[in-house]
Amino acid sequence: MSVQFVVPGSKSVSRPPSVAAYLVDRTFFFIAALGALIIIALVAYILWEIGGQALPAIRTSGAKFLINTGWDAQRGNFGILPQIWGTLYSSLLALAIGGFIGITIAIFLTQDFLPPRIAVIFRTLIEMLAAIPSVVFGLWGIFVVIPFVRPGANWLFEHAGFIPFFGSSLSGPGLLPAVIVLSIMILPTVAAISQDAIGLVPYKIKEAAYGMGATRWEAILKVIVPTASGGIFSALVLGFGRALGETMALAMLIGNSNQISLSLFSPANTLAALLASNFPEAAQPERQALMYAALVLLAITLVVNVFGTLILIWTSQKVAKA
Amino acid sequence: MSTAAVLRRPKTGTSSDIAIDCNVNKIFYGNFLAVRDSAVPIEKGKITGFIGPSGCGKSTVLRSLNRMNDLIPGFRLEGKVDFLGQDIYAKGIDPVVVRRYIGMVFQQPNPFSMSIFDNVAFGLRLNRFKGDVEEKVEHALRRAALWDEVKDKLKASGLSLSGGQQQRLCIARAVATEPTVLLMDEPCSALDPIATRRIEELMLELKKDYTIALVTHNMQQARRVADVTAFFSVDISKGGRTGFLVEIGDTNNIFDAPETELTKQYIRGEFS
Ligand SMILES: Nc1ncnc2c1ncn2[C@@H]1O[C@H](COP(=O)(O)OP(=O)(O)OP(=O)(O)O)[C@@H](O)[C@H]1O
Ligand SMILES: [Mg+2]
Repeated sequence: MSVQFVVPGSKSVSRPPSVAAYLVDRTFFFIAALGALIIIALVAYILWEIGGQALPAIRTSGAKFLINTGWDAQRGNFGILPQIWGTLYSSLLALAIGGFIGITIAIFLTQDFLPPRIAVIFRTLIEMLAAIPSVVFGLWGIFVVIPFVRPGANWLFEHAGFIPFFGSSLSGPGLLPAVIVLSIMILPTVAAISQDAIGLVPYKIKEAAYGMGATRWEAILKVIVPTASGGIFSALVLGFGRALGETMALAMLIGNSNQISLSLFSPANTLAALLASNFPEAAQPERQALMYAALVLLAITLVVNVFGTLILIWTSQKVAKA
Repeated sequence: MSTAAVLRRPKTGTSSDIAIDCNVNKIFYGNFLAVRDSAVPIEKGKITGFIGPSGCGKSTVLRSLNRMNDLIPGFRLEGKVDFLGQDIYAKGIDPVVVRRYIGMVFQQPNPFSMSIFDNVAFGLRLNRFKGDVEEKVEHALRRAALWDEVKDKLKASGLSLSGGQQQRLCIARAVATEPTVLLMDEPCSALDPIATRRIEELMLELKKDYTIALVTHNMQQARRVADVTAFFSVDISKGGRTGFLVEIGDTNNIFDAPETELTKQYIRGEFS
């Protein structure tokens, strides 16, 4: 039992928390700790399981797996460099486009550009994008995006084909439609988290900016966005993570071709798309190689998140440092 | 821009010792009449103190002197506020321009989350200052009596300073661009007595070059630094709580020989 500080005869109503309150405190701690442990255990288990299944492939191909460019199930020759390239290239492009648009939308929806009611409608619409199934995005990409971008892409190839980015024609599925759809898919994540981050900028900071005689854009670009940069950065890291792991829409749109090209119009492949399209019919040596590929994808995602977190901690420490 | 030129050069024939001639008939927030009938001339090279009970509209009047209130939806001013002979509420006047010539220091320190140097240089860069930024920053920090404390860590974040230092940083930020008038809304309310005295000394120092309008809850402070004091009060007669100017005059007169009973009572501490 805890101490009590009682003055005899006083009318004070102060008293220590009840036993039940302490009990609830403890229970909450245990539940929270248990939840954290379960998550750690789950991640460890997944790594263990995939690692175990990938082990034969790791033994036979080793690091060569990461730099080989062919995927030949018959001969048992596996390499995922084109998929690693495709994953990073498509995700970075999608991050550039989706990130830019997402942050712009976040600014528009938080800085009184729109009447509050319309801003709410917009916000809901964008959040609804996140609820559209990946397959639907894939279908939309095939039936709408590809026909829409093809004429322009082929015009660029004919007239500016010497630029590496336009160095091939777009005959159907390819990097560009995949990137466009991927950008739209990560947009709600980036927009929603950036909005929260910008919304957390204290009013007095905005007031200070306007008080110095900043125009609206000066206040936004020089003060408000930099103040929210930590949260916006997190939004981008999460969006990038989503892009890295996106599977279905990409498997439908990217063309599943193992080549490394800068061209936006050539078909490509990603790790997630490779897994999705090859797994269902894979027999043994290929299965192990696919597990190895899954492990690599997991590692890339992990590295991105860890780096993101580290940069975030590092920058916020720089801000807090005396 | 043409407005800037007008503001820089006073029209000939205007009373030369008034920086801002504030003639408020009515200030509304939405339907709420916050302030009525307040004519507050802010004299050049002097400190004008605004005192009065809480909610009487001191901040409202102060913030209407550089159109800060335009940020608040529903704000509406009836009357005229002449800055160097130009009505700042006239059609076609951009509040942004007004705020570049009339700086502001707020009640809560609000440095930007950037380095100490960048905080002070912010206004210089905003105004596309082409000269020696470092020199201006040092000068502003010295004026704000902060230089010695921060000269070795100009790259550190402005948020890493103590509350009092942050407030002096905000003052340095506001004076770096040498605005014509400085508005200060209870700049010492979050500070301890020592920091408060330093900022008061600073105001007296700044007065040589600037015109200052100062809102304060602290009557001793008004007495110590203000040359002119404006006393506001609230009028609860018509159902609302509308603020208005009761009396304005030399600080000594307001405190030692107030003309109205209301001022007398307030100064004696009979209500607050
Ligand atoms: N943004 C706003 N929206 C609506 N009403 C407001 C707003 N700001 C102030 N008011 C109202 O205007 C009146 C005057 O407020 P103001 O802040 O000018 O008083 P003040 O004299 O500065 O008080 P204090 O000494 O407490 O700071 C108050 O009744 C207040 O409720
Ligand atoms: Mg106030």
